[in-house]
Amino acid sequence: MDPRPRSFYILSAFFALFLIFLYGPTITIAILSFQGPQGGLTFPMRGVSLYWFRDLFEQQAVGDIWGSFRRSLILGLMVMTTTVVASVMGGLAFRKRFAGSTALFYLIVTSLVIPSILVSLGVGLIFSQSGLRVHWSTSGFGAQLTWTLPFGLLIMFAVFNRFDRSYEEAASDLGASPWQTVRHVVLPIIAPSLIGVALFGFTLSYDEFARTLLTAGSYNTLPLEIFGMTTNVTTPVIFALGTLTTVFSFLVIGIFLLLFWYLGKRRARQGTDAGKGLV
Amino acid sequence: MTNQTTQTNDTAFAQAPAPDARRAMSHHLSGWLLASPIALVLTGFLLLPIIMIVVVSFWGATEFSIYPAFQFDNYAFLLGSEVTYRVFLNTFRYAAITWALTLLIGFTVAYFLAFHVRSLNWQIGLFLFCTIPFWTSNIIRMISWIPFLGRNGLANSTLLSWGVIDQPVEWLLFSDFSVILAFVHLYTLFMIVPIFNTMMRIDRSLLEAAADAGASGWQTLWNVIVPLTKPGIMIGTIFVITLVMGDFITVRFMSGSQSANVGRLISNDIALLQYPSASATAVILLITVLLMIATLLRFVDIRKEL
Repeated sequence: MDPRPRSFYILSAFFALFLIFLYGPTITIAILSFQGPQGGLTFPMRGVSLYWFRDLFEQQAVGDIWGSFRRSLILGLMVMTTTVVASVMGGLAFRKRFAGSTALFYLIVTSLVIPSILVSLGVGLIFSQSGLRVHWSTSGFGAQLTWTLPFGLLIMFAVFNRFDRSYEEAASDLGASPWQTVRHVVLPIIAPSLIGVALFGFTLSYDEFARTLLTAGSYNTLPLEIFGMTTNVTTPVIFALGTLTTVFSFLVIGIFLLLFWYLGKRRARQGTDAGKGLV
Repeated sequence: MTNQTTQTNDTAFAQAPAPDARRAMSHHLSGWLLASPIALVLTGFLLLPIIMIVVVSFWGATEFSIYPAFQFDNYAFLLGSEVTYRVFLNTFRYAAITWALTLLIGFTVAYFLAFHVRSLNWQIGLFLFCTIPFWTSNIIRMISWIPFLGRNGLANSTLLSWGVIDQPVEWLLFSDFSVILAFVHLYTLFMIVPIFNTMMRIDRSLLEAAADAGASGWQTLWNVIVPLTKPGIMIGTIFVITLVMGDFITVRFMSGSQSANVGRLISNDIALLQYPSASATAVILLITVLLMIATLLRFVDIRKEL
């Protein structure tokens, strides 16, 4: 290999600084969440304790944290499932032109670029004017889908742009029905990418704020609850909560990445029968 | 590939209408069926809400209720007020500065990952490292700047101990500075991902050809890599511009409610239950954003670049 040019070291340093910029603040609040009982929102640390974490689990004076966590979790799973199913279907649909496909594509682009507060405002207005009550599982659910579906679909576009059609042709030449082709050929091949879509679906929903603001109703999701806390909580308990949800997010990301890696491995192992002799 | 099949379908359609018309029909039908979940959701939760906002923007409002009407009062008030122009200008300013910074940082990071990291595993690993924060909460990421930037924060105490300043700097938190910092922190990722994606598709032999033809590193960067990366830059630009233009929470939180952008104008009206006025502002904001995006989309075909 050639020796590294000088630019490599400069760019490496830049990249390292960028990572510090990216992760530094999160690490800081993780440290500060272990403040002693007398500690404040900034350094110095006044002792080290689990006081603020215990606070989260014990008193409910800071709001309905666990209720909102449960709601966010359920909503995230709902949005995730819907996003995966609808994106795969949409991705399959968009492989061919159909009447109205261009219009739908522009609607999807609009969904991606529209300021999120407009979705919040519009959905809220429709519900209130038609006498329906806004609720996180109805209006909130729909409002979040306008953000996760375009992402899921863009991923599916990318996946199908790279998809080798000869697999499908081979399947149908062997007499597979269209459904069998999708079920036994297309889906197994794109399975790892579906993990990616699911990850987007869940995390974007779990962290969504603006689109849920006017559509969640009287029961807050976790980001709304946290935002409410920022205006009236001035103790490190908010850092403890931030640390916990970030750890939770990391866990979710880790699980998805492992699953992605595992599926990719399995596909590589089972995708070929070379060396297995006659089967 | 897709075009080819449709073309053969079309010619066949012209020659023998009866059986192929049915096939073309079923082909449209399967398209509609497969696309129906997305179409339904976007109609119900995007198209109808937009129509509703446009309708309500002509309504009237009292202090605690809104009533149907068809009047231009909201727009007249909005367009006649000097505050509107100042706030829009400020929003454009945030968008422009954030765009420039995220592009600069995003391009550099993507360039490093795509052309200086040599093994694919390292590339993927470091790339993932950059994207993970995207999947965590924006609000928490904003909150985490407090211990850094506050009056007694890390930045101030470090500068004090180095003797750079004699008293704490006040403009670090709750200022335009912290707003931009948070924007860059939250959204640089949206530049890195598409730019990295485009860069990874650049044929490496082009770089060798440039070097063989005597181009210096800078010349290759400027005359080969940058032009070929333009689609990725455009997609990143679309994301960053729309996110900043439509934001209200970052500005509210990071400026300590001291700066305004269009999103905050809307959310303040919402808080006062002045929905018609909020809707009128929203309509103007939507038109502005869509015009900007339509202009940007002329330079890039999104579906081809994925």
